[in-house]
Amino acid sequence: MAYKRQIDRLPIIPADAKKHNVTCHYCIVGCGYHAYTWPVNKQGGTDPATNAFGVNLAEQQPAETEAWYAPSMYNIVRQDGKDVHLVIKPDKNCVVNSGLGSVRGARMAENRRSDKTGTQQQRLTEPMVWRYGTWQPTSWSDAFDLVARVTARVIDKDDEDDLFVSMFDHGGSAGGYENTWGTGKLYFGSMKVKNCRIHNRPAYNSEVHSTRDMGVDELNYAYEDYTLTDTIMLVGTNPLECQTNLFLNHMVPGMRNGAKVIIVDPRRTVTANACEVEAGAENVLHLAIKTGTDLALFNTLFTYIADQGWVDKDFIAASTLQGDVAVPQDEAHPAALGSFEMARIKCKMSLAEGASITGLAEADIVKAAEWIAKPKEDGSRRKCATGYEKGIIWGNDNYRVIGALVNIGLATGNIGREGGGVCRLGGHQEGYFRPSDAHVGRPAPYIDQLIIGGRGKVHHIWANDHYKTTLNATEFKREYNRRTNMVKDAMDAHAGSTREELVDAIVGAINAGGLFSVNVDIIHSQIGQAAHVILPAVESGEMNLTSMNGERRLRLVEKYMDGPGNAKPDCLIAAAIAQNLERVLREEGRDAYADQFKGYDWKTEEDAFMDGYHSGNPEVTYDRLRAMGNNGVQEPVVGFENGQLVGTKRLYTDGKFTRHGREDGKALFCGGEWRGLQAPGKAYQRDNYAFLINNGRANVIWQNWFLDKANDFVSDRFPIPFIEINPEDMAELGVKAGDLVEVFNDVGATQALVYPTPTARRKETFMVFGAPNGAQGNIVNAGTNELILPNYKHTWANIRKISDAPASAADLSFKSMEYSAG
Amino acid sequence: MDRCDKLVDVGRRQFLRGGALAAAATATAVALPATPAKATALARIDYPSNRLGNVSDLKLNEPLDVTYPDDSAPGVLLKLGTRVEGGAGPDGDIVGFSTICPHKGFPLNYVAADRTLNCPGHYSRFDCEAGGQQIWGQATQNLPQYALRVDDKGDIYAEGLDELLYGRLSNVLA
Ligand code: SF4
Ligand code: FES
Repeated sequence: MAYKRQIDRLPIIPADAKKHNVTCHYCIVGCGYHAYTWPVNKQGGTDPATNAFGVNLAEQQPAETEAWYAPSMYNIVRQDGKDVHLVIKPDKNCVVNSGLGSVRGARMAENRRSDKTGTQQQRLTEPMVWRYGTWQPTSWSDAFDLVARVTARVIDKDDEDDLFVSMFDHGGSAGGYENTWGTGKLYFGSMKVKNCRIHNRPAYNSEVHSTRDMGVDELNYAYEDYTLTDTIMLVGTNPLECQTNLFLNHMVPGMRNGAKVIIVDPRRTVTANACEVEAGAENVLHLAIKTGTDLALFNTLFTYIADQGWVDKDFIAASTLQGDVAVPQDEAHPAALGSFEMARIKCKMSLAEGASITGLAEADIVKAAEWIAKPKEDGSRRKCATGYEKGIIWGNDNYRVIGALVNIGLATGNIGREGGGVCRLGGHQEGYFRPSDAHVGRPAPYIDQLIIGGRGKVHHIWANDHYKTTLNATEFKREYNRRTNMVKDAMDAHAGSTREELVDAIVGAINAGGLFSVNVDIIHSQIGQAAHVILPAVESGEMNLTSMNGERRLRLVEKYMDGPGNAKPDCLIAAAIAQNLERVLREEGRDAYADQFKGYDWKTEEDAFMDGYHSGNPEVTYDRLRAMGNNGVQEPVVGFENGQLVGTKRLYTDGKFTRHGREDGKALFCGGEWRGLQAPGKAYQRDNYAFLINNGRANVIWQNWFLDKANDFVSDRFPIPFIEINPEDMAELGVKAGDLVEVFNDVGATQALVYPTPTARRKETFMVFGAPNGAQGNIVNAGTNELILPNYKHTWANIRKISDAPASAADLSFKSMEYSAG
Repeated sequence: MDRCDKLVDVGRRQFLRGGALAAAATATAVALPATPAKATALARIDYPSNRLGNVSDLKLNEPLDVTYPDDSAPGVLLKLGTRVEGGAGPDGDIVGFSTICPHKGFPLNYVAADRTLNCPGHYSRFDCEAGGQQIWGQATQNLPQYALRVDDKGDIYAEGLDELLYGRLSNVLA
């Protein structure tokens, strides 16, 4: 039976409630919300004078009203040590979402920890250390001391390669400029840690190296470009589910203004259906390519568009490199970069070739080329706004594919212009401000494989859960458990000993091949089960936090509640680790090294912001951002006039491209020819297993389910991740809706519930990514591209039934997810 | 009644803008006596017991438009033909739901082919055979379902709701 809250009324926000600016901390869209708080013993009334909306709440309110909030938008939390009511509801005046909330963001309030309503009891409240065979709560000072003493034993001046670090680089959630700076200053400033990785991939690298090398930042447009364009091109992305209000509030209006839509995706998603509903099926071209053949498609489109002369010659002449190769292909560049003509030669692919590789009809490729670039009848150029995401970022041959897509944007003059842009759609918001990572090198070290191979002695983890979101996860977990258990055993054997003896014992275990694991997170994560020290962090809203969204819109989320227990902002945890390292190193007489850890005397997250982001962007302060409200300012911020920060609506409007750091400001084209399934082991899986296990996000679940696994509404809908399978394949497998199946191959196994999906192509399944009880990463092999970008999407496996639907799944709906007008 | 009409209007506009062929929205209110507002000091709302129709009014898989708990809260009664959890009547197959989308309040339309309520606003879908579970969508709650009672004469009464209705902070307006 569907989960129902049995809530028949909610407390009314009083007229004098406190109102805080909030940007949704889940996805990159960064929708504007307000958090209202008021004392728990007060309430507003239905009379207009007594409630925050000034309307008569004794009447039914109309559709799209501001004067309503769902039970999921309400909670009781602590603020300055007192219980308060909390409502977090969408902001109608925010240009990003115009009052829309999504199924994820509109549960922000319900996903706060509350000891009154019992929500999110999984949040960590105090530091814990491994003692007496389990985790015991302890003080911050005790936990920091242990972390610093063990860490100090494995690092030294200019010798920090035994310290491995996994650290988020995103905004929103518990990321943001404050926290990337705190961690960045520690590991890239005070230290030069080389063996590090990011939250969702096994190395410290860009997900979009090629576009940057070409001079084009991956977030170069404004969301309004989707409403001003002639064609929306969506590549390997499913924005209705993954960037919901970007789709609803910008792409849908674009379609209603007459934009056509090209969708490149082997799978028919709900986005495709919604585009057909909004634009009419005749204005939607779904190019359901053979998986992994995007490069062949883009090279064919590029060739065809260039051959037709549908390129922007003036733009190419003025804004792109003239000549031949500027950056040759080498270890750090999986394709040569250079002029338009160079790329034309390298990327040349005929319609016939392109059609045969992608499995598309030639006519459809031509149609796509026309929708992108064929001048209109009056001779004016067509505008095309392109969004791409994990389908190609975590797909085949990342560098060349993204380069090939940007080639089309550059050739048609669609970057830096209204109605244009070639942009990633993004996952989290961004919020990156760190010292240079140049010492990491390129290709960056493949951390997860190094750990499997026995490298690393101490591992600091900041809100990464490799167990749910890495590739080759089966082997990784096995080795990680083994190595961290060696340290746990040593600690258990030295219960009752002094701190010095304990540290010696830990170091002994480390030197014998063990790994000491420090886990900073907001919950006790799956990889956190292997940790020896657990440090509780707070999230957006429990601290002040700045981030930017997918159109570089920078906002300040104002702290509206206390963090759980004595959890702290990551930036202050990083500062304390630095201070403790300084203290321990000094005690050990290592003064010169200790001096490197000075400069962390921050009292608040604002201090970290000023020390970091503000130092590079002197116009930007908390006060000024607060005044800019939920509409914030689009980065880069270029000034402060009339009491307002002045931003930049879209990049490169002057035709000068700078992301690669070239002085001449010329964009480069990418000359990457098609070379099949690039990553090692992929072709083997394809040839030896029956089903493609495509994977990605599902609408209702945020990211790797870290909060949603403890959200009743979500776990009622999907207690276990689902796998979409064509009904004829189901018949062959002998499975029915809701059956629990095992998905297995040469590298591991995982599980999912069968979701019958008639629109799925035969032998092509889709599984939810990052689930706690069915990690798709278990069956992804270790193959990456040359720059250690994972290819999660290209995984093949066999499927067998484990059991009938478990009780938790027995009454679920397994009907089509596609909207029908009837 | 105006508020209710406003809801219907938004839905209609949405249909036209969306270019979708509109099935008749189910939100046309049936005139039934509104329950008088009550001042109450009880911990939970006192729901009215309203007669919404008779078993004999229902045709298999054809929605009957109703309102509950008052005439500005449109809903629907359905005879599904198969016993479902929460189903009332001799066959345990009669269910009732609010037809205001709990996301942003657009009127839902019934798709008989798969017994779902669908929202033209932002494409949410609710399964009438699974307690109004949101199959896919942007609402953060499943569809409010009526607690139904069928008496000896076959009269169908609604006597409660299991979720907050869109557009009101108290299911019974006061
Ligand atoms: S679309 Fe993204 S940012 Fe907006 S409310 Fe949903 S999860 Fe939050
Ligand atoms: S109003 Fe129904 S989905 Fe938004």
